Amino acid sequence: MSLIVKTVTRLTVGLIVLFGIYIVLHGHLSPGGGFAGGVIIALAFVHFMLAFGKDAALSKISRNLASNLESLGALMFLAIALAGFLGGSFFLNILSKGAPFKLFSAGTIPLSNAAISLKVGVGLLAIFLALVILEKSGKEE
Amino acid sequence: MELHLLLIFMIFAAIVAIEVKDLLSSVVAVGAVGFALCLAFLILKAPDLAITQLVVEILCLIILIRATINKDLPLTIEGRWVFNTLATLAFIGVFLFFAHSALKEMPAFGNPIMAVVRKYLEEGTAKTGAVNLVTAVILDFRAYDTLGEATVLFTSVIGIMAVLRRPGRKKTG
Repeated sequence: MSLIVKTVTRLTVGLIVLFGIYIVLHGHLSPGGGFAGGVIIALAFVHFMLAFGKDAALSKISRNLASNLESLGALMFLAIALAGFLGGSFFLNILSKGAPFKLFSAGTIPLSNAAISLKVGVGLLAIFLALVILEKSGKEE
Repeated sequence: MELHLLLIFMIFAAIVAIEVKDLLSSVVAVGAVGFALCLAFLILKAPDLAITQLVVEILCLIILIRATINKDLPLTIEGRWVFNTLATLAFIGVFLFFAHSALKEMPAFGNPIMAVVRKYLEEGTAKTGAVNLVTAVILDFRAYDTLGEATVLFTSVIGIMAVLRRPGRKKTG
């Protein structure tokens, strides 16, 4: 891509990731949540890959790292679900509720949001990486 | 009123997406349908869905455009168009008939009839501590469903990684 695209990408990718993290962390206070925030974070990496090419993006995050992080997200969500057994039942909200409209409130819901965002974001990124790698090795043949 | 305009626009864009000959224009028309759907969610006061629809639509468009940008496949339409058109019209008629009789039974807009919904709306914030009730429902009351959805996505990623992995595509012959 051209120099303009690369410069703008370098300036905006960090802001997009920051916005995605904001959407994830405030999922229990404002519209958004784990799914949308995770896709925004994945889109930041896709943006980076479109501007700088596949090799630069693959040096930041490899496919194995992506699949490991995705499994970690799924296991985190399952662990939060199983932690409910400490209080008696599956998916019980065992942490304290806190005051409404505060960032640290709603017990396990922000943690679940973070796990879902990790799972969704890295999962979609892994799909995109797999398609890109397929296209690249298809051209080599 | 805006909603009806958006729906008409979506139908028009969908027809354009089917009928246009150029594959890239077709993908752009599909994107127009998606963004109009996002606006429709906003008008129906569902900002959570609107955000999710917007970002997923962008990701799908990027993948579709990258997949279609080099291959401009000409569409061929031939043969049996009388039967196809008649069958389509018949199915549209059947669908409209059943949709009409089903929509007459629906409750008025924004008027929950289920007792469960009223309970969620009244006690959601007190029971979960989450101010955003959508998040309270999907991650607390209905967390089982979210777990199932996460499993579906996990399975699809596993499937894609297994199909598109490097050793699976050896040259044959």
